[in-house]
Amino acid sequence: MEQIPASIWTLTAGVVITLISFWVGHNHNLLPEQASEQAPLVDDFFDIMLTIGTALFLVVQGAIILFVIRYRRRAGDDGDGVPVEGNLPLEAFWTAIPALIVIFLGIYSVDIFQRMGGLNPGDHAMHTMGDHNPAVAVVAAAPQTTATDAPPLLATKTNSVPEVGIGASPDVQGKMPDLVVDVAGMQYAWIFTYPSQGIVSGELHIPVGKDVQLNLSARDVIHSFWVPQFRLKQDAIPGVPTELRFKATKPGTYPVVCAELCGGYHGAMRTQVIVHTPEEFETWLSQNQTMAAIPSPSLVASHTAALGVTPQLLAQVAAAAQSPQPVPSSDHI
Amino acid sequence: MQGTVESQETRGVIDHHHEHPDFRVLGLLVFLISESLMFGGLFAAYLLLRGLNEQWPPEGTEVELLVPTINTIILISSSFVIHYGDVAIKKDDVQGMRKWYWITAAMGLVFLAGQVYEYLNLGYGLRTNIFSNCFYVMTGFHGLHVLIGVLLILGVLWRSRRPGHYSAHQHTGVAMAEIYWHFVDVIWIILFTLLYILTRF
Amino acid sequence: MAQAQLPLDTPLSLPEHPKAWKWYDYFTFNVDHKVIGIQYLVTAFIFYLIGGLMAVAMRTELATANSDFIDPNLYNAFLTNHGTIMIFLWIVPAAIGGFGNYLVPLMVGARDMAFPRLNALAFWLNPPAGALLLASFLFGGAQAGWTSYPPLSTITATTAQSMWILAIVLVGTSSIMGSVNFIVTIWKMKVPSMRWDQLPLFCWAILATSLLALVSTPVLAAGLILLLFDINFGTSFFKPDAGGNVVIYQHLFWFYSHPAVYLMILPIFGIMSEVIPVHARKPIFGYWAIAYSSLAICCVGLFVWVHHMFTSGTPPWMRMFFTISTLIVAVPTGVKIFSWVATLWGGKIRLNSAMLFAIGLLSMFVLGGLSGVTLGTAPVDIHVHDTYYVVAHFHYVLFGGSVFGLYAGIYHWFPKMTGRLLNEPLGIAHFVLTLVGTNLTFLPMHELGLKGMPRRVAMYDPQFEPINVICTIGAFVLAFSVIPFLINVIWSWNKGKVAGDNPWGGLSLEWTTSSPPLIENWEVLPVVTKGPYDFGGIVHRPVMDEDDDEDE
Ligand code: HEA
Ligand code: HEA
Ligand code: CUA
Ligand SMILES: [Cu+2]
Repeated sequence: MEQIPASIWTLTAGVVITLISFWVGHNHNLLPEQASEQAPLVDDFFDIMLTIGTALFLVVQGAIILFVIRYRRRAGDDGDGVPVEGNLPLEAFWTAIPALIVIFLGIYSVDIFQRMGGLNPGDHAMHTMGDHNPAVAVVAAAPQTTATDAPPLLATKTNSVPEVGIGASPDVQGKMPDLVVDVAGMQYAWIFTYPSQGIVSGELHIPVGKDVQLNLSARDVIHSFWVPQFRLKQDAIPGVPTELRFKATKPGTYPVVCAELCGGYHGAMRTQVIVHTPEEFETWLSQNQTMAAIPSPSLVASHTAALGVTPQLLAQVAAAAQSPQPVPSSDHI
Repeated sequence: MQGTVESQETRGVIDHHHEHPDFRVLGLLVFLISESLMFGGLFAAYLLLRGLNEQWPPEGTEVELLVPTINTIILISSSFVIHYGDVAIKKDDVQGMRKWYWITAAMGLVFLAGQVYEYLNLGYGLRTNIFSNCFYVMTGFHGLHVLIGVLLILGVLWRSRRPGHYSAHQHTGVAMAEIYWHFVDVIWIILFTLLYILTRF
Repeated sequence: MAQAQLPLDTPLSLPEHPKAWKWYDYFTFNVDHKVIGIQYLVTAFIFYLIGGLMAVAMRTELATANSDFIDPNLYNAFLTNHGTIMIFLWIVPAAIGGFGNYLVPLMVGARDMAFPRLNALAFWLNPPAGALLLASFLFGGAQAGWTSYPPLSTITATTAQSMWILAIVLVGTSSIMGSVNFIVTIWKMKVPSMRWDQLPLFCWAILATSLLALVSTPVLAAGLILLLFDINFGTSFFKPDAGGNVVIYQHLFWFYSHPAVYLMILPIFGIMSEVIPVHARKPIFGYWAIAYSSLAICCVGLFVWVHHMFTSGTPPWMRMFFTISTLIVAVPTGVKIFSWVATLWGGKIRLNSAMLFAIGLLSMFVLGGLSGVTLGTAPVDIHVHDTYYVVAHFHYVLFGGSVFGLYAGIYHWFPKMTGRLLNEPLGIAHFVLTLVGTNLTFLPMHELGLKGMPRRVAMYDPQFEPINVICTIGAFVLAFSVIPFLINVIWSWNKGKVAGDNPWGGLSLEWTTSSPPLIENWEVLPVVTKGPYDFGGIVHRPVMDEDDDEDE
């Protein structure tokens, strides 16, 4: 058989592919703006994978096209190709290289995940104590946050602080979050409760640069709390408390999207997170603290009006938001 | 095919068709791998639920041991009984096989009756709590398998009425019923450990 | 030449052997593996059209941001049944049931499968399952996605959901029966003259697939039984307020359904390993590497399921462990991809429809696989989980992979099954439309997902409308692409050019019998003297070459 071509051509191809891949990896423009501390970490990692992926794709694709052109059957040629059945060094090479890439990506994922705080959910155990018994913190996500009103989500040992989600990133490890918000998902709205401030809201308001902890819970079915600009997502699961802890880095208004199928209007289960400057946030707090805000239909789902959501649905959601019971399920016993 | 084709097969080529060896036992064994994973899934779910609930079984649910223990003894001994049947058929003793298989079927039915008796006398029903959910679904599912096993054995007994249907050289059906019965038995031992013994101690 | 008695003469008409099956035999409980194979293929294709129609309805809805074409609940019913039908009634039955049944006995030199009646029974479980799914629309249709996570699945359209569960249990049973059959057949029934290293790679792939189906399907059944009890009999396995836990369902589901994605691709990999060498006129590169990598994918594939649950109720160690195990799968898959590319090297590649689809698969699948790797890492998956990025990934591997592979297989073995060739120009038109449609539909979805569009929504943020319109246009191109194919199949089946026994000059055993094969496959069982990929050295003269020359 011929030698594996190690000519100047391969070298050029290698350089070109590398350049293209790097270019693609850095100029793809596929990700939305970065608004949390985690976002750049995720994006860098994605860029690296996109670079490697582009290179691998181009290599495979290039080889296919090259071979198909070079080795296509010419008219009248009824012969067979070269009877090559394998090449041990070559096979070892293309097993080893992906293996190395994969090991690298694996280690890198763990590192990124650790820096995102992914390895430390539940780290804040003693911190929510102040105004809040941690044991109730998770179930108290309902708007009326008295322990008795809280739905009996699980009479079991999951009745404790979240052990699932994104927790303290290394720089805030062992520290108390600056702000704790209880987030309850229900068909089809998010209800945000500020236990220390006594605010209930249909939108999430947070200060920029502060360490925020969201305690997620779900009233009826599974929902998933996602802010694309934060690159953070965590399911809100009935009976399993979860959390997201992060710092927003850029004031602005970003969408909060429900990412887990939760019924017909899953697509309309959207609201906003408003990242304030510290002063603005204080103003917001003082304005809202006074009125014991109960979410009105328009507040709960004000961002979904254009999507074909019926007024009845909005009313139903608002009613559910006020009722302490979990939305009825079909336990038709 | 038949006819023409078979008569042509004379060139020293091995015919693989009708006479291909009987793979039914092998097929059953492969199938049982699958069956055991079905139970495996149930066991896994049970163990996870058990791990997630602080009290297992929940307050007020007492697992009764007497009837199930008797039942267990019956089922385990029936595995030995059915084996005698297998030994008998290997010695061409069809009557002996029939005798042991009858006894096994009877023991299986006693087991099922015991199960029903237990269901009727327990202090909890299918919906009482999470433990009782598991309990009824798992034992019920196993009971269904016992029933299938009994039907297989009865099938063997039915066929064995015809003289010559089973012999020392031809007893695949007999062997299959036996294998299945052992399988049902092994599953019961695991179930009994999980649902009864480990909840008491 | 490879096998003994390889008949290479060109017949002038279809062999009129007396014992051929008649058309009505295909509507009966026939136990011949070839009849069953074709029953599977045709039924599955009909379901593909039905599932595709649902996709077209969904894409029409998604052309605008608002919910204005169909009711959102109906949308969810469509999306659930689209996913379910495509997976359980199209890819799995067509790849394993269809090609597996048709080819395995022919390839190993057996007259039938080990348990023909079980085989027929396995097939006949499929139509009722499909009927159940379709009938469930009378009750609103299951609406909880093909994953059917509780609690949603226990509280929405419960009658339809129960029918869905029964349908899946039926196809699951069918798949277990099929697996038992394949394992025993391949293990025990290959002609004695065939060494293990002469076993066609398709059979290795089916063997690996069957083992995987055998151990994973029953776990799904267990999960679904518990779900059925929760819905109908008042138990609370997955009801948190009574001591149950919803995450357990997800574990049981994905323990099956991750391996299920390999059930959908491994047989296709097998088809690739047959089609490429024959049309490249080269021995397959790295026979053992390909055979073992199937088994490796199976083994590793059993331990990666949590990558579907990175944002669910899973603790950190689990997310990390399964990140790493998931990444490992890329290695054996890469070995296969590279081996096929290397098989092209130095060949005499015939670019007919079968080969075009095979090469198309190579490129499309690699893209899908690479996006799979990015999904496999928890940090990135946390952002893109349950978005259109995932939808893009799995359509690249499922459509760009499995469907392309099935088409390659159909173009390759149609002459064997019917005795007639498919029309080449129509085939090429079909390929071009499919390739364009696939990329138009699914490539832009990557961007949608990354930028923030969740999946399974009937209504979405209007900023995503322009990209969605492109996807919808692509979907119409895909729907249109089926037309040349259907015309081709129907026309060629009756009037196509007569193929002869071995139109491609293939060396595996199925080419040693007539096309279509006799009822008992061979008059005299073949003797294997050479492997299925021993191309080179001897010049073959495949019958179709004269006709090819005209085209070029
Ligand atoms: C045919 C079906 C099929 C196949 C083959 C695959 C293959 C892979 N899939 Fe995919 N997947 C699906 C079907 C499939 N998938 C479906 C249906 C879903 C969605 C389910 C749902 O939620 O509804 C899904 C979802 C899914 C997820 C969950 C996403 C989420 O919901 O958040 C993940 C995450 O890890 C994943 C990963 C992978 C990986 C790593 C592979 C690997 O096997 C890919 C390996 C291949 C390659 C990598 C390319 C070739 C290799 C090389 C060129 C070598 C060099 C490469 C490297 C060194 C990287 N898939
Ligand atoms: C092998 C599997 C497979 C295949 C082939 C396809 C094919 C297609 N899929 Fe699908 N898809 C899935 C598996 C598959 N899909 C799965 C598993 C899901 C996830 C479901 C879930 O979330 O639960 C999904 C989800 C899914 C979504 C996401 C929905 C959502 O999340 O909201 C979308 C959206 O665009 C989509 C589109 C398409 C399109 C346009 C095609 C096209 O390729 C289809 C092309 C159309 C045809 C080929 C039909 C042609 C028919 C005619 C022209 C009419 C003739 C008809 C008769 C005579 C009856 N699919
Ligand atoms: Cu809530 Cu989707
Ligand atoms: Cu997977």
